[in-house]
Amino acid sequence: MKTGMLAFIIRRALQAIGVLLTVGIIAFAMFRFAGDPVNQIVSLDTPAAEREQVRLSLGLDDPVPVQFARYLFRAAQGDFGVSYQFRQPVSDLLAERVPATMELALCATIFATVFGVLMGVYSGLKRDSILAKVFQTVSLVGISLPTFLIGILLIYLFSVTLGWLPSYGRGDTVRIGWWTTGFLTLSGWTALIMPSITLGLFQMTLIMRIVRAEMLEVLRTDYIKFARARGLTTRAIHFGHALKNTLVPVITIVGLQFGSVIAFAIITETVFQWPGMGLLFVQAVQNVDIPIMAAYLMLVALIFVVINLAVDILYTVVDPRLRTTIRQPA
Amino acid sequence: MSQPVLSVRDLHVEFVTRRGVLKAIDGISFDIAKGEVLGVVGESGAGKSVTGSAVVGLIDPPGRIAGGEVILSGMRIDNLPPEELRRVRGKRIGMIFQDPLTSLNPLYRVSEQLVETIRTHTNLSSSAARKRAIDLLAEVGIPAPDRRIDSYPHEFSGGMRQRVVIALALCAEPELIIADEPTTALDVSVQAQIITLLKRLGRDHGTAIMLVTHDMGVIAETADRVAVMYAGRIAEIGPVRDVVQNPLHPYAKGLMGAIPSLEVETDRLVQIPGSMPRLSAIPTGCAFNPRCPFAFDRCRVERPEPIQRDLHRVACHLYDETTIRAEALA
Ligand SMILES: Nc1ncnc2c1ncn2[C@@H]1O[C@H](COP(=O)(O)OP(=O)(O)O)[C@@H](O)[C@H]1O
Ligand code: SF4
Ligand SMILES: [Mg+2]
Repeated sequence: MKTGMLAFIIRRALQAIGVLLTVGIIAFAMFRFAGDPVNQIVSLDTPAAEREQVRLSLGLDDPVPVQFARYLFRAAQGDFGVSYQFRQPVSDLLAERVPATMELALCATIFATVFGVLMGVYSGLKRDSILAKVFQTVSLVGISLPTFLIGILLIYLFSVTLGWLPSYGRGDTVRIGWWTTGFLTLSGWTALIMPSITLGLFQMTLIMRIVRAEMLEVLRTDYIKFARARGLTTRAIHFGHALKNTLVPVITIVGLQFGSVIAFAIITETVFQWPGMGLLFVQAVQNVDIPIMAAYLMLVALIFVVINLAVDILYTVVDPRLRTTIRQPA
Repeated sequence: MSQPVLSVRDLHVEFVTRRGVLKAIDGISFDIAKGEVLGVVGESGAGKSVTGSAVVGLIDPPGRIAGGEVILSGMRIDNLPPEELRRVRGKRIGMIFQDPLTSLNPLYRVSEQLVETIRTHTNLSSSAARKRAIDLLAEVGIPAPDRRIDSYPHEFSGGMRQRVVIALALCAEPELIIADEPTTALDVSVQAQIITLLKRLGRDHGTAIMLVTHDMGVIAETADRVAVMYAGRIAEIGPVRDVVQNPLHPYAKGLMGAIPSLEVETDRLVQIPGSMPRLSAIPTGCAFNPRCPFAFDRCRVERPEPIQRDLHRVACHLYDETTIRAEALA
């Protein structure tokens, strides 16, 4: 079993590297499409000789493949160059912003999963009840309203009208090593509420509808019929046998969507002026700050790839059938 | 004669559909005595499975029991509240379904499914339940049960899985086992083993067995009595030797035309020209009249009621006193 699992992980890791290389090419190409990088660094009245100096120091005279290799090599070590706007290493800027985005994405995912599963199970088991119909309607709204609109509506209601929750920022944060967290202060928590709901709403409705559909599907299966024929209690059947079988797709969705949550945080972070990577990226786009844009792209790709890998491995933990399939590839 | 284990009296089952009320079971009555095997045969759609489900109270909306009584060892069970009926299922009536590949929950170990079922119906501790589970697996012929018990269903072959299903049905020593085509989905080579096992278990424990099958060979070798179903009714019922060697009902005559032996690969009934009517288009009079070579005027207007003829009970106008007298006169 161990060797089979290892081969499986190595195979997936190779695929992951392929994906990252592709994204690396795109990121690298951005530098070349966005005009002469030297212009971004020097001012208009810099003499030509000095420009040439900068060009040489950046290695821009080397052949393109060499430049690409150098870019990747540095990126792999966390060196994404220097931001045009801030004149600081991109890696420092990102590291500063990563905790904000990660904490937001985590809260949004937990919110989406907990409520999505609860609502999904309920509407799967009592699909004709009024509450189930309310959930269906809410989910339709959640899917069709654009994220920024939901954010603005929440701000209008809870910040402007009621004055209960802050409309922007992370509140007070506490520094632990290089990580800053909002989890240790009350203002940190209150600041997380609305952005998490805004960001997680779409996934919540997605999870709810998947759990509901999956629940209905599972309840029709032979093993549920057989479980009933054995006289097991309704509770054991619904929350043991049925729910466990619906969790496999939920894990996939939650896992695979975590990457999207981070990517979509751009909008939520902009609406709530949340000091995360997304906001940094938006500012970078506005100022054509290519090093930040490229680094953000590669970082998001890395997160996606790592999550995919983790989900695949998690699958095999939940579903014993996959363990054998992986062990003995057909 | 002592009280039958199962007594079904004038059972009616209906499905309420958009196209009206479909009568899937239209007044059937039969008994099964302790230790007796009642074979139930009939074309697909005759109502065999619905009968089994009705006995254990597993008819789901839009279906309902529209009349009649189900009596288990003298106790009427069809009108029990759902929770009490649940306690009967699995404890006093065990069910075995057609497809062992889908009857077991793929995400739970066999041990978990057995222990859960045993503990639902007894107050054994979990270690005592586990011991009983191992004994059960040994009894149904699983080799090395103390090791195999912690396997997942997919780690067993089809035949072994059906043995596990049988063990699950036996968990609480039921008085009655309803086996709905228990071998149809299995390899021919293991079909005989499973039937032999069922027969032995029934004999050892004095369990009454309702054995639904397509295989007339199985009926001939296993059943004590046989009921031939057609379009929701029992066409003929009687001791297996009498019905097989000397069928009275024209439909039963057609079925018994040739009985394949267990070694020959066939699980289909002998073809009778025509097909069984859909529930929405059951002919008036005798449901079999469009296909019956002996049909006469009365068959197209009047429904034949069951008549006792020696050891047979047959629903056919040919055996009615008035017909016989008319024939004698002619
Ligand atoms: N849930 C249902 N809704 C409508 N009709 C059903 C349902 N279940 C069974 N029936 C009908 O009842 C009849 C008997 O079915 P069944 O007992 O499964 O036949 P079989 O003898 O092959 O086991 C069939 O005509 C079938 O179409
Ligand atoms: S009642 Fe008539 S149609 Fe029906 S089986 Fe008997 S002879 Fe045939
Ligand atoms: Mg059937």
